[in-house]
Amino acid sequence: MKAKHQRLTLVLLALAAVVGAGLLALSALKDQAAFFYAPGDLARAGVAPGTAIRLGGMVAAGSVRKLSDGVTTAFVVTDNRATTPVVYRGIVPDLFREGSGVVAEGRVEAGGRFVADTILAKHDERYMPPQVAGAMHKTETLEK
Amino acid sequence: MIAEFGLAALWLAAALSLLQLVMAAVGLRAGRGDIADAVRPVAIVGGVLTALSFAALIALFVRSDMSVRLVAQNSHSLKPMLYKVAGAWGNHEGSMLLWVTVLGLAGAGIAVAERRLDARTLTATLGGQAAIALGFFAFLLVASNPFARLDIAASDGLGLNPLLQDPGLAFHPPTLYFGYVGLSVAFSFAIGALVNRDVGPAFARAMRPWVLGAWIFLTIGITAGSYWAYYELGWGGWWFWDPVENASLMPWLAATALLHSVTVLATRDGLRAWTVMLAVVAFSMSMIGTFLVRSGILTSVHAFAVDPTRGSFILALLAIYIGGALALFALRIGTVRAGTTFELLSREGALVLNNLLLTVILGVVLIGTLYPIVASATGVQLSVGPPFFNAAAGPIALALMVVLAAGPLLRWRRDGWDALIGRMTAPIAATAFAFAAFVIFAPYRGPLPLAGLSLAVGVGVASVAPMWGRNLRRTPLFTWGMVVSHLGVAVALFGMAADSAFTRERLLAARPGQITDVGPFAVTFDGIKPALGPNWSGLEGRLSVVRGEGGRFVLRPQQRFFANPPTTTNEAAIATRIDGQLYAVLGQPDGAGRWQLRLWWKPFVTFIWLGGGLIALGGALSLIGRARREGRAAARAVWA
Repeated sequence: MKAKHQRLTLVLLALAAVVGAGLLALSALKDQAAFFYAPGDLARAGVAPGTAIRLGGMVAAGSVRKLSDGVTTAFVVTDNRATTPVVYRGIVPDLFREGSGVVAEGRVEAGGRFVADTILAKHDERYMPPQVAGAMHKTETLEK
Repeated sequence: MIAEFGLAALWLAAALSLLQLVMAAVGLRAGRGDIADAVRPVAIVGGVLTALSFAALIALFVRSDMSVRLVAQNSHSLKPMLYKVAGAWGNHEGSMLLWVTVLGLAGAGIAVAERRLDARTLTATLGGQAAIALGFFAFLLVASNPFARLDIAASDGLGLNPLLQDPGLAFHPPTLYFGYVGLSVAFSFAIGALVNRDVGPAFARAMRPWVLGAWIFLTIGITAGSYWAYYELGWGGWWFWDPVENASLMPWLAATALLHSVTVLATRDGLRAWTVMLAVVAFSMSMIGTFLVRSGILTSVHAFAVDPTRGSFILALLAIYIGGALALFALRIGTVRAGTTFELLSREGALVLNNLLLTVILGVVLIGTLYPIVASATGVQLSVGPPFFNAAAGPIALALMVVLAAGPLLRWRRDGWDALIGRMTAPIAATAFAFAAFVIFAPYRGPLPLAGLSLAVGVGVASVAPMWGRNLRRTPLFTWGMVVSHLGVAVALFGMAADSAFTRERLLAARPGQITDVGPFAVTFDGIKPALGPNWSGLEGRLSVVRGEGGRFVLRPQQRFFANPPTTTNEAAIATRIDGQLYAVLGQPDGAGRWQLRLWWKPFVTFIWLGGGLIALGGALSLIGRARREGRAAARAVWA
């Protein structure tokens, strides 16, 4: 094989691979990117029940309780504009507590309740999920 | 005094790296061999000075000198010694100092050890090293001085995040940094070769040990980090596609590609331009990795306080280095002559395919990691999670496995399909057999785990196939290295697929005395008692476990409460068996005498990290084998 042909074949192969990967990535992004919502966005946006999303905000004070099966936790996420009730079956993370930032992955039910598959709480006293910080900041600015 | 000494050493080292850069440039431009020769000793002294500076920081942490701001903010006098030492790099400033220390020592290492490379290329390489180091020195000295004193000394420190008080932390970040810095050395070599128009096998041979070394450290770092997340976070998962994890995975992918292409360049004199390009990409990835971790720009379980100044500083460095390297590449690549050619169906062809697929996976991970940042710039808040990465990268990774199985069985230059299929009979048969077995005995596990399990068996067989019919004692060590690493990939793949296919999970609120089943185990919850550690108090659950007719053993998952800073952590209890791990996490009480328990039986999950270890071991064997051969060649060159 001549050097020129070899280079041409390689370039074509590389192009095909990159284009293929780009298409694959874009299609996956379209289906799978978990969109991030604060409760206020959720109220406005009208997310279809069953869509996988991430919900972020603060755990409302006094809202955390255990359901009678002993393994389901119910609480309310707030961004000071709106609130969303959440249920989570599992062990909540170490740093999950009332008044702290939280990000929940899961889906909204028809009644507006959010069923979480995963709870990510902050890992550090200093940590606040940037998106929560952004959402809280927006609220503060709006109130002023 | 120690802090001032450390700062002075750091300033001196920074000045020396400026000197090193200027001397290299003048020496090359004016053709002054005497100036260029002096670059070596400067690099050595600079490396020693940064190491002294870092040693000073460790001394400050060991002595708990609370008049130093960094110590007061990140340490505590009652912390165990290991975490005092590790605390030196468990924070932003200290970890950046570790970065430049490793960089400085690597520069000194090149200056001492590299004897066979063209002198001008070596000078340009050391100049490149100095240019990289300068950026980081500026960053440290201007934006994050680790030796800053407090006006009034603190009475005691704020402590270290308890989650980070783990032997894993002590060695995880340094390992990754060794990897990142190793790639920066490879990058410097590429710069040196481009500047001196010397891209060829000699340059590839000089660069290879650094790539290999960086790759070994990255492999160990990623494997250890994955295991740390697995047992410390208590979520039972081993990879979360977290941006910080991706930040270590992307350089690894690039380094893996580079490792394979540099071999083609060193032994067959092919893929010249591509190898240089990969060296640029690999270094860019390690810079992006540093940027992602250090700027706190991403939503991540690892993300700490956001510091925009530092983020923009690293972003500027990133832009300068990558932009500069790409510009140099564009200017000089025309001078790189085409190397030797090969047929598509050949060992080289398989390596090219390996490089392509790795690069594509790298692209997918990069898009998924950066997309949220780009989107947030346009006002859309979103996050990209595991479903994206699994769907987009999984199939490509499986295709890569097929290439990995076939590649080592191909001849260099050219080969035939019939011959290849003949050599692949055993692996293909093994895959088919495994597939049939899993479909019959363990149906309905989903397509990806099923494909992973069957391919893992086939790849395992294929990876040892090159040894078939060879005299094992006379097989070179680097061939052993390849076989062991490839086998490690098969083992890790088996572990991943087995974990997602066969994991059993149980979540319950248990009363003392209650018995529950998970997988082949019967678990009795005996109750809760208090527990006490050196700097924490806590609660400990006691679980008695019986497997079939076997003996009884006890698991003790804990919840620990730390006072400095006030934090709770969950300590999972893990029992390792030859065929998997039983994993138990203790949750909260429900107020009515029941405690939350989460139990997992994870068959063959240990294979994931065992495989990672094998991959790194293969790299080490290869490195030793190459070093020996190079040593012999160097000795011959001296005698000839």
